[in-house]
Amino acid sequence: MPRQTIELRVKRQDTPTGRTRWEEFSLPWQPNMNVVACLMEIRKHPVTKQGQATTPVHWEASCLEEVCGSCTMLVNGKPRQSCTALVDSLGDSPIVLEPLTKFPVVRDLQVDRTPMFDALKRVKAWIPIDGSYDLGAGPRLSSGEQETAYAFSRCMTCGCCMEVCPQYNDHSDFIGPAPLAQVRLFNSHPTGRMNAQERLDAIMGRGGLADCGNAQLCIEACPKEIPLTEAFGELGRQVTLAWLRQLFSR
Amino acid sequence: MSAPRVAVVGGGLAGLMTTLKLAEAGVPVDLISIVPVKRSHSVCAQGGINGAVNVKGEDDSPEIHFVDTCRGGDFLAHQPPVKGMCYAAPGIIYLFDRMGVTFNRTPEGLLEFRRFGGTLHHRTAFAGATTGQQLLYALDEQVRRHEAAGVVKKYEGWEFVGLARDDAGRCVGLVALDLRSMKPKAFAAGAVVMATGGPGLMFGRSTNSIINSGSAAAAAYVEGADYANGEFIQVHPTAIPGMDKLRLMSESARGEGGRVWVPKKPGDVRPPNSIPEGERWYFLEEKYPKYKNLVPRDVASREIHKVCVDMGLGVGGGMVVYLDLTHIPRETLKKKLEGILEIYEKFTGEDPCEQPMKIYPAVHYSMGGLWVDYERSGDGFLAHASPRNQRTSIEGLYAVGECDYQYHGANRLGANSLLSCVYAGQVAGPAVLSYLKANAHVDDPRRSVLEAAEQKWAARFADLAKRDGGENPYALADELGKTMLENVTIVRHNNKLRETDAKLQELTERWSRASVLDHGTWANAPLSFLNQLWNMLHLARVVTLGALARDESRGAHYKPEFPKRDDASWLKTTIASHAAAGPCLRYAPVDVTLCAPVERKYD
Repeated sequence: MPRQTIELRVKRQDTPTGRTRWEEFSLPWQPNMNVVACLMEIRKHPVTKQGQATTPVHWEASCLEEVCGSCTMLVNGKPRQSCTALVDSLGDSPIVLEPLTKFPVVRDLQVDRTPMFDALKRVKAWIPIDGSYDLGAGPRLSSGEQETAYAFSRCMTCGCCMEVCPQYNDHSDFIGPAPLAQVRLFNSHPTGRMNAQERLDAIMGRGGLADCGNAQLCIEACPKEIPLTEAFGELGRQVTLAWLRQLFSR
Repeated sequence: MSAPRVAVVGGGLAGLMTTLKLAEAGVPVDLISIVPVKRSHSVCAQGGINGAVNVKGEDDSPEIHFVDTCRGGDFLAHQPPVKGMCYAAPGIIYLFDRMGVTFNRTPEGLLEFRRFGGTLHHRTAFAGATTGQQLLYALDEQVRRHEAAGVVKKYEGWEFVGLARDDAGRCVGLVALDLRSMKPKAFAAGAVVMATGGPGLMFGRSTNSIINSGSAAAAAYVEGADYANGEFIQVHPTAIPGMDKLRLMSESARGEGGRVWVPKKPGDVRPPNSIPEGERWYFLEEKYPKYKNLVPRDVASREIHKVCVDMGLGVGGGMVVYLDLTHIPRETLKKKLEGILEIYEKFTGEDPCEQPMKIYPAVHYSMGGLWVDYERSGDGFLAHASPRNQRTSIEGLYAVGECDYQYHGANRLGANSLLSCVYAGQVAGPAVLSYLKANAHVDDPRRSVLEAAEQKWAARFADLAKRDGGENPYALADELGKTMLENVTIVRHNNKLRETDAKLQELTERWSRASVLDHGTWANAPLSFLNQLWNMLHLARVVTLGALARDESRGAHYKPEFPKRDDASWLKTTIASHAAAGPCLRYAPVDVTLCAPVERKYD
């Protein structure tokens, strides 16, 4: 017999500095439900399992098909997108929802991932084109180069890798895995390569590549299976070469 | 006087391209977006972007692309803007290639192209099956470069709520709500560009992101901007049903050879792989031997509806058909369709390389949107940098992307949406620059106007924040979605449309008795939603009444009572303007001087 109800335990916090509390919810089970659908049901009837009226749970969501990165949270302790967290695959125990811990909480399950976007500025994660006018075709690429680059260009800045990284926390300057992988992406592009040194400069100092502790948890956590650790190996080679070049040009 | 700032609302492809054009010209931009721009709905576009680069020796050309697009849209789009877009398309694809988009490649290292609906040519450039995401990221990166240089200032997590207009009616700024502090703030702007996407949420579940409420465009309409062709809503033939949303299964699955079929025997319970070839009905291939599975979306959705609803042949008796890729090698599928097959597997638990996918039509795109002007050049294109291009009926207010109505007529061809977003942005940038230049002499009366607008919205939200009636706004939105989905999508009947309009008025009345659910003053999403819902209800009437009035069938608008296109009476643009009693409809002629309307046939 299919289960009758879904139980959720949600960690709540009204404001960035407010006290946290847990609330429990119980909803009728329906086929093909995901965590987002549960939160949508709750807001249509915001009452706890104990029958107490409450406010709808606050969370961030947009595409609901795991390409925008918005709805990342801890589901049963694991960082992931709540849209692809299918209820039937989460077992029979209450589903536990918490905000990511490496970013400041805005409210309930929403966190502020601005540091990730700032890091993209710091590492100059773009191709410095001459202008957005029609200047003819771009550089040729082999299918192999395209496939390698595509793997990195799917990073949706969701924060899963940052969440599990032991080196990324509020008492370290480490820039984190996601922006490093973008350096790998842009430094391998035929045009991006022309400014490779600027990006390497950004990750050669304090909080840069050298602060990676090689725990390799990031690659396990990435929902898009981006080969992060491979990127760090490649960047290590680039950084060493750059360092040697600097040494001998002195 | 310091250089005027421009406010761009929305950070999807259209908004970012507009921003980039303005920033390149040194104009400071305030970029206001409800989500971090990198999370905008453009990420959901999958299959690709059209441009007649002609790499397959098929004698493709921008002119053929133009003709396909006019015909695909059943001749309801003004042709000069469409022509401008199709001729600009190859250059747009090259531009993205230069920005580093990881487009798929031919063995020689050139851009690879695939087929899409409504054309017989390989014209669609693609990056796996996440092309929209890749194009959006490229523009996000370019705009970040200008942000780092201080030209662009982003307001992410801010929601557009209304316009600021001076005594002459010109738009001189806007009011946006900070979704954390919940305080409205006025932004002065030499011009405002709406790039706020489609209204999928009015249909409840659709392929749209849940941020696509259409609320911003509806708010502009309520404040006086005309809204055009609202009744033209595209239903995509292939989506994956879900409780929270209907996830798109890209047309590229058919572009790469996917076949649509149903079992010939009604209610056949056998698993699809055990149904022999002879007992399957490939109905699109049989009815349309020339375009086969790649007929335009309106045609495919109607056929699926016919087969499932009228003939009762849907899989399991429902509105479900098979989309079959199992005859294509896994290796090929992985290279060309990875993103979408992964989505299917993650949400259904079935491997589409082994099992035919179960798919279902879903609301996907609005061809209609804010009415925008254009200036035709002598040779039938858009006059470059004319301040009229992409301008709404309000001076100083522009619109681009899905929230404008300009490029797709009565039905959009697949892989033309990314193109139209980018092209509209490229057109709007220079148009706004010309407008700013022409208005540089205008005195700056904005302060009092802006203060008044800000106060108006502060009072409005203070009122909404107190609402404590019995109606739950999310439950009301559910009712709205169900009604619209049932009556205003693939098949439309006038009696049902009338009932729908009555229902919309009932929901509007009940809205006034809604509860805000949350009286907090920080990050109060229900408060923002309550305001959005009011706008959605108004826009839903525009869609419904536009459909009721149009007694013909054209593109995505199909009435069994009037099954033929009627050019004599209806080759005209619907223009809705807001009045207290509801939308007032009027009509304007369509410029079809470049490609004469012919009967639309794909068999």
